[in-house]
Amino acid sequence: MTNIWAIAYKELRSYFYSPVAYVVMAGFLLISGFMFWNMLAQFSRYVAIYSSMQQPGQMEQMNLNDWVLSPLLGNMIIVFIMIIPLLTMRLFAEERANGTDELLLTSPVSTLEITLGKFSGATLFLVAMLACAFVYPAVLMYFGDPEVPRILTGYLALLLIGMSAISIGLFTSTLTDNQIVAGVLAGGTLLLLLLISWPADAVGESMGAVLRHLSLTDHSQDMMRGLVKSDDVIYYLSVVTVGLFLSQRSLESLRWR
Amino acid sequence: MIEVDHLTKYYGNHAAVADVSFTAEPGQILGFLGPNGAGKTTTMRIITGYMPASSGTARVAGFDVFEQSREVRRRVGYLPENPPLYRDMTPTSYLDFVARIKGVPRPDRASAVGRALEATATEEVARQPIGTLSRGYKQRVAIAQAIVHSPEVIVLDEPTIGLDPQQIIGIRKLIRTLAEDRTVILSTHILPEVNQICDRVVIISRGRIVADDTTDSLTASEDLETVFLRVTTGDEPVVEEEVEEEEVGEAEQDLEPEAADDTTLDDYNHTAVHEITGVTEGEGDDR
Repeated sequence: MTNIWAIAYKELRSYFYSPVAYVVMAGFLLISGFMFWNMLAQFSRYVAIYSSMQQPGQMEQMNLNDWVLSPLLGNMIIVFIMIIPLLTMRLFAEERANGTDELLLTSPVSTLEITLGKFSGATLFLVAMLACAFVYPAVLMYFGDPEVPRILTGYLALLLIGMSAISIGLFTSTLTDNQIVAGVLAGGTLLLLLLISWPADAVGESMGAVLRHLSLTDHSQDMMRGLVKSDDVIYYLSVVTVGLFLSQRSLESLRWR
Repeated sequence: MIEVDHLTKYYGNHAAVADVSFTAEPGQILGFLGPNGAGKTTTMRIITGYMPASSGTARVAGFDVFEQSREVRRRVGYLPENPPLYRDMTPTSYLDFVARIKGVPRPDRASAVGRALEATATEEVARQPIGTLSRGYKQRVAIAQAIVHSPEVIVLDEPTIGLDPQQIIGIRKLIRTLAEDRTVILSTHILPEVNQICDRVVIISRGRIVADDTTDSLTASEDLETVFLRVTTGDEPVVEEEVEEEEVGEAEQDLEPEAADDTTLDDYNHTAVHEITGVTEGEGDDR
């Protein structure tokens, strides 16, 4: 555990010692802030329209969760797909390119500890990003009355998707010493998992169910609505476990290559 | 103590190291010599637990490097050929990290880092990012990481590369001091360095040991440079225990080009001397 924390802490520090953390954090907040402003403006516009039209039925259907937060969190998944490869591409590829993998692999640290340390460091950065992004519901809670449990389950979905993306990015980073290649591989894999359910309606019932089950986003729909289902959580934890397992095995195989 | 017994390492079908055996005692500095691609780094990587051997065994401080790899790695300090440095960290934070993963207890960590900085004369740059340091300082920080946890065995791959003459003298003194109660293996291209600090010399060529003796015995009748050129250009091996002559794979020979028959000592040493002078000229005050 000490070794895992030592490596995680080193990774977290490395993010903040380089421009990566600031560029990624600024980019994430800028894009998600723009989305938040856009959705809030749209919500306000419709409220104004329905108020002027004296339509209480329509007004009752409007709420901050459905009109602002759920779409915002859904769009933030897309942002994650774009920025998480930027966080993960260096994790192992940079070690190999700089020769620091020799330091790690000749230290009394197991490859599992190295893998978990790297994963934890990136996940802590993800948590910091999500904490910063909590400003959006905080603004809504200050001025309005959104459902807090739905906000929390929505952020839980984002955290689980982010952790899944990190584990996939971690694995692709073990495959090469070229950060760009690692990043492109991670981005491509994540995009595929994002879009994989698109042809679900056209490929038959059973195959469609499989594709939907593999989709990173389909498992977040219920959580965005405030419902945490065990099969959704198990799906994300399975993706994380598979990603970490493959990363550890790939790292171990460096000794044999 | 290091005991290497019939170690062989294949990359695919090519034997990078073939049937290598030697021992190094505590208090001994063993010089590991050989042309580029001879198998020195591969042997060192096996000893330090970085990679397993294809066959044969290696024991460090009584522990098998494959079966008890973690125990071995706890007891070995290793300076790889390419200094394993994190450019964004300062020497202090870097050495603290290395001490942590090497298992130095928390209360001893600060003093261990301080000792390593002092031993390598890197205290004055201890709080500068490593990426901004000169090559000489980077090399010394890399040496500091190899000794920060006071290992029983120290493996140094080209420890004085990139250092100016004054620093080289300092590092040689440090290596001698470290070897008082430890086993040190160092690989170098600078032959006079072996004469000056090594008790024992192992010369490896095309993956095989072609000379293994004490420095005094090896240089009793001829100088080390002559011995080195003779054994690495295909003449008879100079070993205490006779090494069998076996065929080395054709591709292996491609990987490790033979020195030309008319190679002279000046030709060989030119590279090493150029490395030192080139760095010294370019570094100014070494920062």
